Amino acid sequence: MAAISIPRVAVDDNKATGSSGASLIEIEQLSLYYGASKALKNISLNLGEKIVTAFIGPSGCGKSTLLRCFNRMNDLIDNVRIEGAIKIGGHDIYTKDVDVIELRKRVGMVFQKSNPFPKSIYENVAYGLRLHGVKNKSALDEAVEKSLHQSALWDEVKDRLHASALGLSGGQQQRLCIARAIAIKPEIILMDEPASALDPIATTRIEELILNLKKDFTIVIVTHNMQQAARISDQTAFFYIGELVEFGPTAKIFTNPAQKRTEDYVTGRFG
Amino acid sequence: MGIHRGHRARPLEWLAEKFIFLVSLSTILMVFLIFLFVAREALPIFFGETDTALVQTVIPPDEADKLSPAQLQKYLELTPEQFASMDKDSLKALMEVKQEALDEIPEKFRNDPDARANTTDWHYLLLPHQWSDYDKPEYIWQPVGQIQKYNIVPLLVGTLKVTLIGLLFAVPLAVGAAIYVSQLARPRVREIVKPTIELLSGIPSVVVGFFALLIMATVLQKLFGYQTRLNAFVAGIALGFAVIPVIFSIAEDALTSVPRAYTQAALALGASRWQTAWQIVLPAALPGVFAAAVLGFGRAIGETMIVLMVCSASVMSWNIFDSARSITTTIAAEMAEAVSGGPHYRILFMLGALLFAATFVSNMIGGAVIERFKLKLEGKR
Repeated sequence: MAAISIPRVAVDDNKATGSSGASLIEIEQLSLYYGASKALKNISLNLGEKIVTAFIGPSGCGKSTLLRCFNRMNDLIDNVRIEGAIKIGGHDIYTKDVDVIELRKRVGMVFQKSNPFPKSIYENVAYGLRLHGVKNKSALDEAVEKSLHQSALWDEVKDRLHASALGLSGGQQQRLCIARAIAIKPEIILMDEPASALDPIATTRIEELILNLKKDFTIVIVTHNMQQAARISDQTAFFYIGELVEFGPTAKIFTNPAQKRTEDYVTGRFG
Repeated sequence: MGIHRGHRARPLEWLAEKFIFLVSLSTILMVFLIFLFVAREALPIFFGETDTALVQTVIPPDEADKLSPAQLQKYLELTPEQFASMDKDSLKALMEVKQEALDEIPEKFRNDPDARANTTDWHYLLLPHQWSDYDKPEYIWQPVGQIQKYNIVPLLVGTLKVTLIGLLFAVPLAVGAAIYVSQLARPRVREIVKPTIELLSGIPSVVVGFFALLIMATVLQKLFGYQTRLNAFVAGIALGFAVIPVIFSIAEDALTSVPRAYTQAALALGASRWQTAWQIVLPAALPGVFAAAVLGFGRAIGETMIVLMVCSASVMSWNIFDSARSITTTIAAEMAEAVSGGPHYRILFMLGALLFAATFVSNMIGGAVIERFKLKLEGKR
């Protein structure tokens, strides 16, 4: 899959460097203010392609805020100001020529609480495709089925595609949201504590799903669950009060962190 | 200490609860009583007990004894109580008065079949009738005169005409404004627009009618170039202005209470704000928006002053640029002149009961539709 391209020329630049370890998202000296308070402080971070990166840290440390910078969902909040740059596929997504709609098509998002639309299961998955101009019925059918297969939901819903999505269980709803996000073939999927409202069995299914999706998508996940981060992520970033404390391979962060604060947090001494 | 339940455990809360229950009960009772009152006054129409026949066979006072009390009571148009309280002499005097009145009827009515008809009969109320001076059957509401014509169809048509024009004008505007204010406007714009529209509901309808009568009528006539300056169209638009704040206010609430999660999901998929509002938020708020329209309908069909001021000729025409007279207008304008207990009075009450029933039924149907929408949204159907 091509790296994100805004504008499209940037694709090839990135591909040149491109093994799977290449940086897809580059964050340079990023600071974010809510009014006068500084929520993110000079964060610099490079996230690799087609791997799972976990953001961990205590509540209010800015990990969700950072996640929402990648698809510019923070634009919706008044009084948010950003300094520094986020480059996806080598192009700064905060310059004026960036089409936010195009960006969000390439950077999908799954939210903490499952939020399927009050429409049928089929329409939920097809909505993004329709938004981006797919009208052909058979193309829609095919894409919906593929996305539901990918999100491991197909077998459970294939007989009631046109029933309301709100009739599904919580875990199923969340997998439907994942299906909806991947239907438009983004390159990056942002997940904001996707399993925090689910029971352990549903959580396991989501985690399995994330590991499967890694083959095709770059995934950034915010989680409060330390074991979850350890189980599913390749890289982990630890944040504390708006600062990036430590970033590295997940195994290293959890077994041999360089910083005392990281060690305290992952071993459960605070947070 | 023992375990107490009910009023013994928390007497004050128990009292407050019962009080609130009584208050709400009294509201229901009030509505019921109003309906009973209106329906009771209208009942003689339904039972065919009213008679407007102008020319009746004169019964000489001397022959009073030949009549049964019931026939006599009907002949003199008395209520049972009145009849019971009178002695023979008063009855005889009344019969003389009646005889004189009948004798005074102008000669031209004597051979007019209409003068012998009971115009409060259902046939005359609902079907077109060819009156003596007319060359074809027509629907006519003309309650004043020797021969009173009570065809209610022009009033029904007038009411529907004005109400529908009002709703067609108000619903799209109000819902559009609600979408804009709740979904698209910047906070500062919202803070100005929302209270301003809601302020519109504080304007007395007589003032709206005044404005429509003097200014809107002229402006609209210049714009559309129709013949009659004051017509159903002007009344409908003015009515629309009175209804807009009602619909706007409820629709805006419904749209705003759609969970933010839906909006966020749509935006994160790459929907524009407009697409989100139109394709996600509006369908999710449809029960509330529909409820707003139903309430707007109730307000529009019951509005009296605006229609009364702008147009009130009871012509039978579906043309929106002709005048119209609504049911409410008719009641307001004519009730004061109608003889209490007379046919006109009864008919006006019948119209009131009709209006009551129409609003009741529309609310019920509206409620059922809203319930269906809700179930569908919640995935239970």
